[in-house]
Amino acid sequence: MSLLQKVGVSAENLEPNDGGKYIGKPISRVDGRTKVTGNAKYAAEFNMRTGILHGYVVSSPITKGKITAVNTRQALSQKGVVTVFTHLNVPGLAWFDRSYRDQDAPPGGSPFRPLQGDEILFSQQPIALVVAETFELARYAATLVHFEYEVKEELSVGLEQNLDKAKKPEKHRFPVPKPRGDAEKALKESAITVEEDYYHGYEHHNPMEMFASTVIYGDDDRLTIYDKTQGVLNSQSYIKSVFGLSDNEARVISPFMGGGFGSGLRPQYQLYMAVLASLELKRSVKVVLTRQQMFSFGHRPATLQKISLGASADGKLQAIINKCVSETSTFEEYTENIVNWSGQMYQCDNVTLDHQLVPLDLYTPLDMRAPGGVTGMYALEIAIDELAVKVGIDPLEFRLINYAEKDQNLDKPFSSKELRECYRQGAERFGWSKRNPKAGATVEGNNLVGWGVATGCWEANQMPSRAKAMLSADGKLTVGCATADIGTGTYTVMTQIAAEVLGVVMEDVLFKLGDSVLPMSPLQGGSWTMATVGSAVKLVCDELKGKLFKLAKKLENSPFSNVKEEDVIFSDSRIQLKADTQKYLTFSEVLQKSEVNYLEADTTSLPNMLEQNKYSRFTHSAVFVEVKVDKDLGTVHVTRVVDAVAAGRIINTKTARSQILGGVVWGISMALHEDTVMDNNFGRFMNHNLAEYHVPVNADIKDIDVIFVEEHDDIVNPLGVKGLGEIGIVGVAAAVSNAIYHATGKRLRNLPMQLDQLL
Amino acid sequence: MNKFTFISVDNPDAAIAELDEHDSPKFIAGGTNLLDLMKENVERPDHLIDITHLAFNTIENNADGGLRLGALVTNADTAWNVEVEKRYPLLSQAILAGASPQLRNMATNGGNLMQRTRCYYFYDTATPCNKREPGSGCSAIGGYNRILAILGTSEHCIATHPSDMCVALAALGAIVNITGKNGERSIPFADFHRLPGDRPELDNTLEAGDIVTSIDLPAEDFTTHYKYLKVRDRASYAFALVSVAAALKIENGKILEARLALGGVAHKPWRSLEVENMLAGSAVGKEVFQKAADAILEGAKGYGDNTFKIELAKRAIVRALTEAAGLEEQA
Ligand SMILES: Cc1cc2nc3c(=O)[nH]c(=O)nc-3n(C[C@H](O)[C@H](O)[C@H](O)COP(=O)(O)OP(=O)(O)OC[C@H]3O[C@@H](n4cnc5c(N)ncnc54)[C@H](O)[C@@H]3O)c2cc1C
Ligand code: SF4
Repeated sequence: MSLLQKVGVSAENLEPNDGGKYIGKPISRVDGRTKVTGNAKYAAEFNMRTGILHGYVVSSPITKGKITAVNTRQALSQKGVVTVFTHLNVPGLAWFDRSYRDQDAPPGGSPFRPLQGDEILFSQQPIALVVAETFELARYAATLVHFEYEVKEELSVGLEQNLDKAKKPEKHRFPVPKPRGDAEKALKESAITVEEDYYHGYEHHNPMEMFASTVIYGDDDRLTIYDKTQGVLNSQSYIKSVFGLSDNEARVISPFMGGGFGSGLRPQYQLYMAVLASLELKRSVKVVLTRQQMFSFGHRPATLQKISLGASADGKLQAIINKCVSETSTFEEYTENIVNWSGQMYQCDNVTLDHQLVPLDLYTPLDMRAPGGVTGMYALEIAIDELAVKVGIDPLEFRLINYAEKDQNLDKPFSSKELRECYRQGAERFGWSKRNPKAGATVEGNNLVGWGVATGCWEANQMPSRAKAMLSADGKLTVGCATADIGTGTYTVMTQIAAEVLGVVMEDVLFKLGDSVLPMSPLQGGSWTMATVGSAVKLVCDELKGKLFKLAKKLENSPFSNVKEEDVIFSDSRIQLKADTQKYLTFSEVLQKSEVNYLEADTTSLPNMLEQNKYSRFTHSAVFVEVKVDKDLGTVHVTRVVDAVAAGRIINTKTARSQILGGVVWGISMALHEDTVMDNNFGRFMNHNLAEYHVPVNADIKDIDVIFVEEHDDIVNPLGVKGLGEIGIVGVAAAVSNAIYHATGKRLRNLPMQLDQLL
Repeated sequence: MNKFTFISVDNPDAAIAELDEHDSPKFIAGGTNLLDLMKENVERPDHLIDITHLAFNTIENNADGGLRLGALVTNADTAWNVEVEKRYPLLSQAILAGASPQLRNMATNGGNLMQRTRCYYFYDTATPCNKREPGSGCSAIGGYNRILAILGTSEHCIATHPSDMCVALAALGAIVNITGKNGERSIPFADFHRLPGDRPELDNTLEAGDIVTSIDLPAEDFTTHYKYLKVRDRASYAFALVSVAAALKIENGKILEARLALGGVAHKPWRSLEVENMLAGSAVGKEVFQKAADAILEGAKGYGDNTFKIELAKRAIVRALTEAAGLEEQA
């Protein structure tokens, strides 16, 4: 098998990197047909035949202050308006902050409690829920609810305007490593240095599907909640603790999600409001946010990184300093891993890292695809490029010179790291060796052409998860786990794994997810679902095999009476002797002859922490980008991207490629387009719609070539997979910036790199 | 969104008669702008009069050799109309540079003229805006104004008219035909949109109840030397930061006639007859293009975030004129 796995558009080019029947193959989504035929139902699409009420959220026009008066008379006088919830009539709910702290809440702080006080903490804060017989009526009545405010004029909203308020977070989710060596001194003594500021502003997730919750109020007073979430169990436990309900009283279901990107890691306020209204009114209630309101909760925080690098004349890194300030809200401390990458990516003995937070009058930031990683790596990888240019060494070569063989932050070896191969294969595919080292030297008509490279990196974690499997006498297998499919392909890959492990065809497997009655799994995020749920699915199917074999062995005249499980194979829905595959029993035969209707297994898969903790576990990538910059107008087009990724075993080359494509597109978006614009006078995000909040359109995206570099890793998890949800976006913005520099000789350090920076 | 009633009419008199029956009636054509504004509570009509069934839905030759574009013909049908493509390619180019195919399939020519500014504050009722609420103040001045105007602004408003189509119509010297309570009349394109002055709530010179029936393109066409250049933040589906409609008549290397209109820089498509006259009579060349660019932007005023547009507009003008003239780019 070739080292290089070519992944083109057609399935024919694809070679599996594993000998399996399904694993490593370019398999189309099992839910693809359901989705494209419109049969996949999303949270807002669940209905009852009659009687569902619609809630419409009223958002605060002010950013800070107090509500001094509420007048709902006019709204309530409309026929069909059922009620209006405001802070004045919301019943007493859970008292302690911890009841509101969901699985992705920052440690400490006081999670926002909608409608539980007169205080306004951020612009577009939800201040009322109008409930009516129809959506249109609720929306109209929302314009008739009148509030009076005592406005606090003094706002803290811009990150750069409030740097003096920066302070160390009390609890960092990703503790910043202590300094090693003496970076200040080493920097002073370095022959060549770079000291620059790197800034990027707020970004919002903007999944296509708006946040929505449909709460069906059952005859038995129990709630069935269809929620847009990346974790049904997270939504369920939040609802349980806030409203004092039991598992049985609130079931949360989320079979499909129209994009998450991290926005569904925390329960959003429409869930709280829909449940509140449903419990109070003893009616079914649906609440859907508007696109504008999609800008009223978490976002990728704005950050400012001050990076100083020093190198010797021969290009060896001597010093790395990254002092970062990012924002959080006034009520929670949101931290992400922004600076640690700076101490981990390259071999360097003198490193100082620091991360401080500025509390702003905004909603708490929220994990957004590769949180911290894209942020930290974009700045570091531009700075490295700058240093390489100053030293006079090809930027790819420079990275190889300073290649980190072990993780110096933790002083641990990597479980695997094929980054060198990523550089090599990516460079070859891209044609990097033909690059003219001189910036601004390649001209094509009105365009300046530039090539840039950057490194990507992301965590490869495994979490505990349970899975349940049931094989019925007709040979059909059902596997279940409360995980999510946020568009990543969970349904498909889990079906593949189950089919492969048990030895059945995929058509005989049904994988269930997104239901709080299913076995426990963590949130879908952090690129760990493949590793976590995949391992659980493998384990539970292995257990099922054991049970099946035991049954088979016990049968009268069993061909297996004298053999061990190692001596048989499970394939084609049969147990067969390895030595003589003509001796077999079908799964159905085993069950039927044993007179059982079905066989069940239920297992918890736990990461082998003892072993895993000896290593640093990461995915890596090398991103190569070509840009064309109009020499007069400053418009930038990314004309070519090669992304070489080392992410352990690839289970499905098709869905894997899609993940990377999506990541790269988003990286281009981050580089050139995305920016939630803040009005500093009002403390309000102003471009809160998709006409003005830009993401790339088709015309912005050209060739993207994905390479999966072969990588074996027995440490990360039993499947040897590393996860692909986030690595695709990391490094792209830096590669674009580095390419722009190569094209124009101008170094851009602020995102997004819009044309005004290039005039 | 507020409550409203809806009626479809099939003749202009019926449409106009509907107006008297309601407090805040509005015509609706493609709805691509109006409905967005209604959802944001910026427009709050109590009655919608659907005019898409009026007979102003054809493209026909005029007796003077020009072309008449019905106000209810869609932007897509206009851009792809054989006569428009052949005789007014500048207009086709401009329309196709705007919005997205889906939007152009719905959007009408009349609606395009009447579309409102994309100023963020105008769209957000939580902020003061003189255009939306006269006298409340202009949040964009001293606020975020990257997409807003640099020419013809006032202390009351710095909004732009966002249309691409209108920039080409301005350059081509189109005429807007109207019917209203007082009968029919025609307005030269240059007088159709207005500058904000101290009445920024008025985008144009229509009177209440006027219906745009058609747009006349003069016989004078520019089919050889033309360019619609749109500079924007992404390759498609974005409004212009700056756009330029350039059209030239050239004989033996000499400019006989020039048209130059700018979009994205003012409350209306920006044209300067003086500059066009300066170009006419000159020999084709980058120097004179640069001179024209500098002249048309004389008096431009930046408001911070949008100050870059002054330089950008100049460069875009030189580029557009160069390409219209067919001058080779020096590499
Ligand atoms: C996301 C997005 C991107 C866009 N991008 C661009 C772009 O890049 N370039 C561009 O030029 N445009 C762009 N547009 C705007 C689009 O061109 C306009 O929305 C469209 O032309 C409006 O036409 P309509 O028929 O839908 O008008 P409607 O929304 O129906 O009406 C708009 C207004 O015009 C009035 N009106 C309509 N017809 C008449 C008439 N015959 N007489 C009198 N009054 C009338 C209505 O009362 C209303 O006030 C974009 C729009 C959107 C939503
Ligand atoms: S520029 Fe005009 S439209 Fe924008 S806020 Fe000011 S007055 Fe309103």
